[in-house]
Amino acid sequence: MKMTAYLKINDLHKSFYPHGKTLKVLDGIDLEVEKGEIFGIIGFSGAGKSTLARCINRLETSDSGSIELGGTDILKLSKSELLKERHRIGMIFQNFNLFDSMTVYQNIAYPLQQARVPKAQIKERVLETSELVGLTDKLKVHPGALSGGQKQRVGIARAIVTNPDFIISDEATSALDPQTTIQILDLLKEINRKSGITILMITHELDAIRYICNRMAVLEEGKITESGLVRDIFENPNSKTGELFAKVFRLLQSVELTQGGGI
Amino acid sequence: MSLLDSSLWEVIKASLSPDIWKDLWGPIGETLYMTVVSSLIMLVFGLLIGILLTVTNPDGLVPLKASYTVSGWIINCLRSLPQMIMIILMIPVARLIFGKAYGTNACIIAIAASCIPMYARIVESSLLEIEKGKIEAAQAIGSNNLSIVFKILLPETLPSLIRGFTVSVISVLSMTALAGMFGAGGIGDIAVRYGYQRFQHDRLFACVYILIILVQLIQGIGNLVSKQILKTRNLI
Ligand SMILES: Nc1ncnc2c1ncn2[C@@H]1O[C@H](COP(=O)(O)OP(=O)(O)O)[C@@H](O)[C@H]1O
Ligand SMILES: [Mg+2]
Repeated sequence: MKMTAYLKINDLHKSFYPHGKTLKVLDGIDLEVEKGEIFGIIGFSGAGKSTLARCINRLETSDSGSIELGGTDILKLSKSELLKERHRIGMIFQNFNLFDSMTVYQNIAYPLQQARVPKAQIKERVLETSELVGLTDKLKVHPGALSGGQKQRVGIARAIVTNPDFIISDEATSALDPQTTIQILDLLKEINRKSGITILMITHELDAIRYICNRMAVLEEGKITESGLVRDIFENPNSKTGELFAKVFRLLQSVELTQGGGI
Repeated sequence: MSLLDSSLWEVIKASLSPDIWKDLWGPIGETLYMTVVSSLIMLVFGLLIGILLTVTNPDGLVPLKASYTVSGWIINCLRSLPQMIMIILMIPVARLIFGKAYGTNACIIAIAASCIPMYARIVESSLLEIEKGKIEAAQAIGSNNLSIVFKILLPETLPSLIRGFTVSVISVLSMTALAGMFGAGGIGDIAVRYGYQRFQHDRLFACVYILIILVQLIQGIGNLVSKQILKTRNLI
């Protein structure tokens, strides 16, 4: 089956200049993510993963290159067009970044208010979404009263409530324990299956990628050093990072075999 | 009654007598009036300037380096003026607005002018406390800057803003006492006229009690409100 690329990134560059030094963080990124897939990007801390994620919805301004998302040239959008476009891109964060001053309901409703959705529809959408993520009994409390896993469910609800076509997940499970991680990954899988939403899963956890992604790319010092099927990369890595992750993967597998434990 | 010819104990006893307190309710009212009005003016302008500073900060929502640097410099200049000099400087301004250079309303101008820059800085530091991630999340959602300021930045930092306001109101109160020397009336006026000029230390003591009680009250209310908000948000 031939799929169409939903996200197309071409020769993307981004440098920072801390204290007068030049720091090339993204050094010619090429990437294609198909519509409806969960695509993984793995890389060590400092590889430039978050910067790449933030360039896609222009939280960060890239220096050169092109980003096309669902046929829209992201880098050519005017400021007001960009705000509208962001309603169609959900983002999930490692630290959840929920609003403590709002209840769970208000957190989930906020993106709808910003998108100027009529009041009656807001209530319907919030209830629908909170049911999907399993939070219907927590709508009246503030995020401060929730566990990490529940917080991330709110984060996911907030990201999908406007029915976006695309979700950027930047280390969404990296602050969670293994059991909760699996539950959150299952939830993302379910959302992807039900609505066909395209998900870019950025992480440094190989288990998460292995569990949820079909295709992936390895980001190393600002370059995509390899990309393809997750299975192929784990079995036959061609980059330093890929090799290292594959080695850890095999090591963990042997531990699992001897101890009979899972992740 | 003076400490020069009576014992400390006698002065304390006299300072609690109804004779003294019956003359104090008027000045207490003046002090409260000055504190409340000055604090409200300080709140409005301090918040406004504090928000502008935060937004135009080089790392802020709308970085405006030149404007940020210049306004920061002006605020620092104003803050380096001792309160008494600010009162003297504001005399012509008060005359312009009220037609006279002394009295309660004239001193309110001076108190506000002196406390606004301080409160603006306190607001700025409260607003800078917000986790960057929350702003980022709001931006990723597609919020415009106005929404980010009023729906995220201010509500998220509200407990800290309230604590900062509490501290500032106490500064305002202490400045009203100073303004008493410049014809503003109030507790400060009583302390100067009777306590300092006529050695009536019983009246001076009574003024001290009132100021202590007022400070405790303001701080207590501030702590209570900010704590209650944190509790509602399940953050403590
Ligand atoms: N705003 C910034 N200014 C300066 N350096 C930055 C900035 N943002 C990120 N960096 C640097 O860019 C590199 C990549 O960061 P990041 O994209 O966060 O990596 P990752 O998410 O893969 O851990 C790091 O060395 C980081 O210090
Ligand atoms: Mg990161």
